[in-house]
Amino acid sequence: MQRIGVFVCWCGSNIAATVDVEAVSQALAKEPGVVHSANYQYMCSQAGQDLIRAAIKEHKLTGIVVCSCSPRMHEMTFRKTAESAGINPYMVEIANIREQCSWIHKDILTGTEKAIVLGRTAIAKVNLNAPLTAGESPVTKRALVIGGGIAGIQTALDIADAGFEVDIVEKNPTIGGKMAQLDKTFPTLDCAACILTPKMVDVAQHEKIRIFSYSEVAAVKGFVGNFDVTIKKKARYVREDVCTGCGLCTEKCPVKKVPNEFNLGMDTRRAIYIPFAQAVPKVATIDADYCNMLKNGKCGVCSKVCTAKAIDYEQKDTLIEEKYGAIVVATGFNPISMEKFDEYAYSQSKDVVTSLEFERIMNAAGPTQGKLVRPSDGKHPHTLVFVQCVGSRCANCAEKGKEYCSKICCMYTAKHAMLTRDKYPDTDVYVFYIDVRTPGKNFDEFYRRAAEEYGVHYVKGMVGKVMPEGDKLMVRASDLIANKQINIAADMVILAAAIEPDKSARSIATMLTASMDTNDFFTEAHPKLRPVESPTAGIFLSGACQGPKDIPETVAQAGAAAAKVIGLLAKDKLKGNPCVASSNELMCNGCSSCERVCPYGAISYVDKEFRGPNRTVLVRRVAQVNPAVCQGCGACTVACPSGAMDLKGFATKQIMAEVDAICK
Amino acid sequence: MQVNEFKPKIVAFCCNWCSYAGADLAGSNRLSYPADVKIIRVPCSCRVNPMFILRAFQRGADGVIICGCHPGDCHYTSGNYYTRRRMALLFSMLDYLGIEKDRMRLEWVSAAEGAKFATTMNEFTEKIISLGENKRLEDLRCKK
Amino acid sequence: MEKNLNNAREEIIRRSGVNPSKCMKCGKCSGTCPAYDEMEYHPHQFVYMVETGDIEPLLKSQSIYRCLSCFACVDRCPRGVEPAKIVEAVRLEVIRQQGANHLKAEGVAENLDEEIPQQAIVTAFRKYTK
Repeated sequence: MQRIGVFVCWCGSNIAATVDVEAVSQALAKEPGVVHSANYQYMCSQAGQDLIRAAIKEHKLTGIVVCSCSPRMHEMTFRKTAESAGINPYMVEIANIREQCSWIHKDILTGTEKAIVLGRTAIAKVNLNAPLTAGESPVTKRALVIGGGIAGIQTALDIADAGFEVDIVEKNPTIGGKMAQLDKTFPTLDCAACILTPKMVDVAQHEKIRIFSYSEVAAVKGFVGNFDVTIKKKARYVREDVCTGCGLCTEKCPVKKVPNEFNLGMDTRRAIYIPFAQAVPKVATIDADYCNMLKNGKCGVCSKVCTAKAIDYEQKDTLIEEKYGAIVVATGFNPISMEKFDEYAYSQSKDVVTSLEFERIMNAAGPTQGKLVRPSDGKHPHTLVFVQCVGSRCANCAEKGKEYCSKICCMYTAKHAMLTRDKYPDTDVYVFYIDVRTPGKNFDEFYRRAAEEYGVHYVKGMVGKVMPEGDKLMVRASDLIANKQINIAADMVILAAAIEPDKSARSIATMLTASMDTNDFFTEAHPKLRPVESPTAGIFLSGACQGPKDIPETVAQAGAAAAKVIGLLAKDKLKGNPCVASSNELMCNGCSSCERVCPYGAISYVDKEFRGPNRTVLVRRVAQVNPAVCQGCGACTVACPSGAMDLKGFATKQIMAEVDAICK
Repeated sequence: MQVNEFKPKIVAFCCNWCSYAGADLAGSNRLSYPADVKIIRVPCSCRVNPMFILRAFQRGADGVIICGCHPGDCHYTSGNYYTRRRMALLFSMLDYLGIEKDRMRLEWVSAAEGAKFATTMNEFTEKIISLGENKRLEDLRCKK
Repeated sequence: MEKNLNNAREEIIRRSGVNPSKCMKCGKCSGTCPAYDEMEYHPHQFVYMVETGDIEPLLKSQSIYRCLSCFACVDRCPRGVEPAKIVEAVRLEVIRQQGANHLKAEGVAENLDEEIPQQAIVTAFRKYTK
């Protein structure tokens, strides 16, 4: 029989206001097994924990029930308390009388009654608890970073600098991500390439970092400290180890009309290409969708001109298996499609562009060599209209836009407007805004400079319609402060498109069993206190895959994620979860039902000798659970027809006891 | 005069990762639902043995609800798919036993859906109250 | 009178099925309105004035008859507020007001057309019962 101590927390007035804590502790004192019952203002405080420790010693307690907030909050706290007083941490159960009782019931009678039942249920469970010891597992001292944008680059560099090996998997032929496409960065206006490319070179030259470019994560198995990852290296038909990146092939290739995705399709590239001059790795890639040699075997020009003999038309996708201790997700973002916003005429006129396209136009390495010209006729535009919040903060148009604020648009629009006015003082620049949101160091000053010093016309109101008329774009908008509708004959319209997580993020989340929110952003373990960790152990989040972020924030978060990874990889062993399945060999009939439902492949079978009657020996096939692999979901316990399989910490008997206690 | 208002006994099984967190969120947002609902925490909805549900009915529960992560979002990748199939079988068995199927419900509630948790519990309790006391499966021998 | 207008606000919200507090004041409705110049009060003002209960100027304004009900604002509102439905509800508020008619009861007879169905005349006269 257990000797149970019950501790009822007031949580200040959070619990005590709607639950009569004294009545609860008195009622629970009468439950079977309870030898001590107390209540205190803040159980989780140092004084409260001391109270528990003293009671354990004084009453020789073997089990503890704490009636307090959610176990998701303080289960660990009280387990540590119990452990420090010398009893097994898994002899602690929490009755959730705050989130699931005092906070939702207003009537003190109802609240007290329910709190007693919840306490009784926890006591019934503790009566059947058994001490559990967590197994230990080794840690593979290598990290995987998925995504090679600025987030992934920074995380990889920080982890590698701490002395651990890092692999970056990037789906494009080069790392660099969105930042490589940008022209200048707010609020300091330093050029994106000047601050990014040195970091890309650092990554390439770092002895601890390997880059898997033009590759994808194909499968992930295992658990924290011991992930088995399959990386698919897509065939680029060029031998990476031989190619010198001279670029001769990209000049000679006869297929010239391939839309250049790096410039968002505003110019063309060849079928064999290097995305941009500072690409890392600087290796050519053949686009199999356009290459004549790969499509019908007629060409081979690149192979002829290549002096390094790097072209290999026979190359196949290869699968690489690798072990990692931690995985960082840095899959980034994309602007949403503007196709559905008919009112802005994006599909009708080439002169309506997204901000990222505008970024390429303004970029010295872009399709216009940085000259601001209209995409339709190459003429210099005089009137430019910037439209903010296109698709952001869109509550009722889920099929078109996003409900959240994309966060970065206010600042980059101010930047675009400022740069345009700076380079071309003959232009008229209008920015239509709903709110200008500039929370960040030197951000508001930057925006004000655009309006005050550069003479950008900020208009509070939204553009309702853009109508192409001749070579002009007629913009109809409202000016809410003047209470007027205004019509502007513009030469170019720039849409600040909302951003969304990269499409690949969803499948990666599924592979990692990491959770996502309804917008496909990865969820963090705690919105305030654990912002760079996923709720799944060993998975960390870096950059815009977790929510819209600008570059300074992304870099800060990347460093934070790296710190968490280093903290994990610095450990030699990890304590596992002791609440795992185990099979009673005497009852197991070796039917394989459990093996088939186990999502982790944690169950195997062994032939074991059992002593039969009259000194005979029986050999039977029985299930064995690998506690290091088992995650404790319990699927096998229900599948087992003989009742041999049970889950420690959530045993069938314990749950039955809980059911009985509730129904009593 | 004594008014005997029917107070149903409702057992809710909530998976640790989604629905239990959803219930916590309902609490943090002070979204009220009837006190008749008592939650049992399980690691995953697939830990819920149909036997537990029958046991609850046998012990006099008037309704049982299972909440798990949305299909595709299971923390253990596929646990809720097992639950879905097992409960489909149990539903047909309840039919066979002659128990109102509405006494049992399976619902997907994510960690972000505190409001959905509260409305689900309100609806379910209303349903159970309209069905009245569970007399058919309750084993009176369990009552002392 | 004060109380009546308060009722008018609730009535307009109920009748239109629109929740004006969803509005984030972006002005896209007025930015897209083809009848903007004809209106004294613009779509975004309708939403705002109903939200704050400032209904009386709207009831007196000709703007309610200038709205074309083209629903461009409904289509483009990012928050799903549906301003045109509010304009329509304000218009109905005026039309359904008893005693506020352009015609006097005595004048109806001479405007009658033989083609008008009996039912329509009876319905029309119900307005004059008070």
